[in-house]
Amino acid sequence: MHDQMARIESHIESHQHMAGALMPLLHAIQDDLGYIPEECYGVIAKALNLSVAEIHGVVTFYHHFRSHPPGRHVLQVCRAESCQAMGCGALETHVKSSLGIDYHETTSDGSITLEPVYCLGNCACSPTIMLDDEVYGRVSPQQVESLLANARRENP
Amino acid sequence: MNTIYIPRDSSALSLGANLVATAIAREAESRHIPLEIVRNGSRGMFWLEPLVEVATDTGRIAYGPVTPDQVASLFDAGFLGGGQHALNLGLTDELPWMKQQERLTFARVGITDPVSLQDYIAHDGYKGLRNAIGMAPQDIVQQVTDSGLRGRGGAAFPTGIKWKTVLEAPAEQKYIVCNADEGDSGTFSDRMIMEGDPFVLIEGMTIAGIAVGATQGYIYVRSEYPHSIVTLNLAIKSAYEAGYLGREILGSRHDFYLEVRRAAGAYVCGEETALLESLEGKRGLVRFKPPLPAISGLFGKPTIINNVISLATVPIIMDKGSVYYRDYGMGRSRGTLPIQLAGNIKHGGLVEKAFGVTLRELLYDYGGGSASGRPIKAVQVGGPLGAYLPESQFDTPLDYEEFSKLWAVLGHGGIVVFDDTVDMAHMARYAFEFCAIESCGKCTPCRIGSTRGVEVMDKIMTGTDHAKHIALVRDLSDTMLNGSLCALGGMTPYPVLSALNHFPEDFGIHKKEQVA
Repeated sequence: MHDQMARIESHIESHQHMAGALMPLLHAIQDDLGYIPEECYGVIAKALNLSVAEIHGVVTFYHHFRSHPPGRHVLQVCRAESCQAMGCGALETHVKSSLGIDYHETTSDGSITLEPVYCLGNCACSPTIMLDDEVYGRVSPQQVESLLANARRENP
Repeated sequence: MNTIYIPRDSSALSLGANLVATAIAREAESRHIPLEIVRNGSRGMFWLEPLVEVATDTGRIAYGPVTPDQVASLFDAGFLGGGQHALNLGLTDELPWMKQQERLTFARVGITDPVSLQDYIAHDGYKGLRNAIGMAPQDIVQQVTDSGLRGRGGAAFPTGIKWKTVLEAPAEQKYIVCNADEGDSGTFSDRMIMEGDPFVLIEGMTIAGIAVGATQGYIYVRSEYPHSIVTLNLAIKSAYEAGYLGREILGSRHDFYLEVRRAAGAYVCGEETALLESLEGKRGLVRFKPPLPAISGLFGKPTIINNVISLATVPIIMDKGSVYYRDYGMGRSRGTLPIQLAGNIKHGGLVEKAFGVTLRELLYDYGGGSASGRPIKAVQVGGPLGAYLPESQFDTPLDYEEFSKLWAVLGHGGIVVFDDTVDMAHMARYAFEFCAIESCGKCTPCRIGSTRGVEVMDKIMTGTDHAKHIALVRDLSDTMLNGSLCALGGMTPYPVLSALNHFPEDFGIHKKEQVA
């Protein structure tokens, strides 16, 4: 935790003088730690002359930000219209049952967090998923299964 | 040296373009063939991605879709010289998909190396900026106005008029903001520009800055587009280094600084005032209008906020003139529209055409019908807030006014295709659900109406008090339509009511009942 706070403080230092600093700062913290710990709201608020409520408000408003650590990998399944037209409904059902979790949950081994996403801009190649920072188009349930199996095999 | 092109576009990557590039580099090395691999933008023929193009004396020859295990056979067939192979599609420019398009905004996408400034300049880049630097601000704004360009984000507001308001607003500091929060399902043209020709967007924003006296620009890009952010940042860096951004651009008296800002997954931030709030570091709550962003926008200063495609179209207007651009199109829809074919379509991708092309031409001549081979039942045009159109309306030309007559919108030019297995009541329910998930919460019709809409749709779909709930969903839609603060709540009724009106049978209403 001590190390974490030190890292957060260095992000604050490098971002606090930007115009509209809060969003880039929150991204920097989440990119580094995987989430935005609630414990740091106070120091961010102080540095940016905001209230803790405002920090909490922003973190919770945006789907991308999380205040708890995710699994080692994040799987986003696109639920938007284009992917629905290509059968993402069946894909969602398959992924949920094979991982044994619902959206916004993490597998018990801590390997995969499942999130819905509304469009990855890959709509000519639906259905689409994103595993960490990689987009995969025209995926079948089998393909997702094997991507997940590979991801889960990796050591944390 | 042989030169080949393998796209760096996200969609191409999503189908394995990096694996193909690695396999080709490895194969070339083992065969001791010197090879330059350019990672270009996509041509927009996504059913052929990963598409590998080979430069030959007669032009680029396309091979696709290529998988890594076919690479050795491509070399065996002498593909570097345009050799025959099952994947050989012939000259890229001669493919019907490419040949019949009118690519103005997308002129360079897929052709140049997106992160090479030199390549950009060699393909007519920065000509528009050079012209603009020598012009009076009023004349730049007039040229954009005369081109007839209207906002390509969806609202179709005349770009020049917006610029004029900012030009005439007195202020020490003004801003240019690019809305790259392309959240509509079925759209990817902004992404293709950012990944395939980022300099054209940078140039467009710089011209906007010179036109209205703004010295700072921001590109607000969705976090779902990590590759776009990388490409933009590479291009911005080169532009700074070469004096196309920063102090005294190209030795002129104009300064312009540009920065990419990452969004965080809120659809509503595609609404311009919510986007400005987000850029300021706040929750993405929609602002009341007036004041317009042109008068009081980012940090309370006069701000041009335009979509990627609008800004990326400015350079060609400043290069070739307003008449050149205005000569394309029909009625009050001038120029071209980058159209995105998506969903259940055989040939999905990017088609840039002058306004006036019909849905039917796009769906069948370009798109080749549905991917599943089943009849197309409906298309949703203009994103999740756009109306569903039935087959009987497929002869409608793409034109803002023609669509508005049908109580539909062109929006950002995305077309999502559904075959006859779609349940339109389910899609109407989803429209409410999406609105409930993405509502900023500021106004009641959107915040509460969307959730009530899901509940009412559930009752309709299970047949509970059917007639009563059909009446209720219409009444609720009326409230949302007229009482919401922005298009999210205000246009959710478009998909809902169009689905209900065109496909009543999916809502358990028989034709006879409807007439009665």
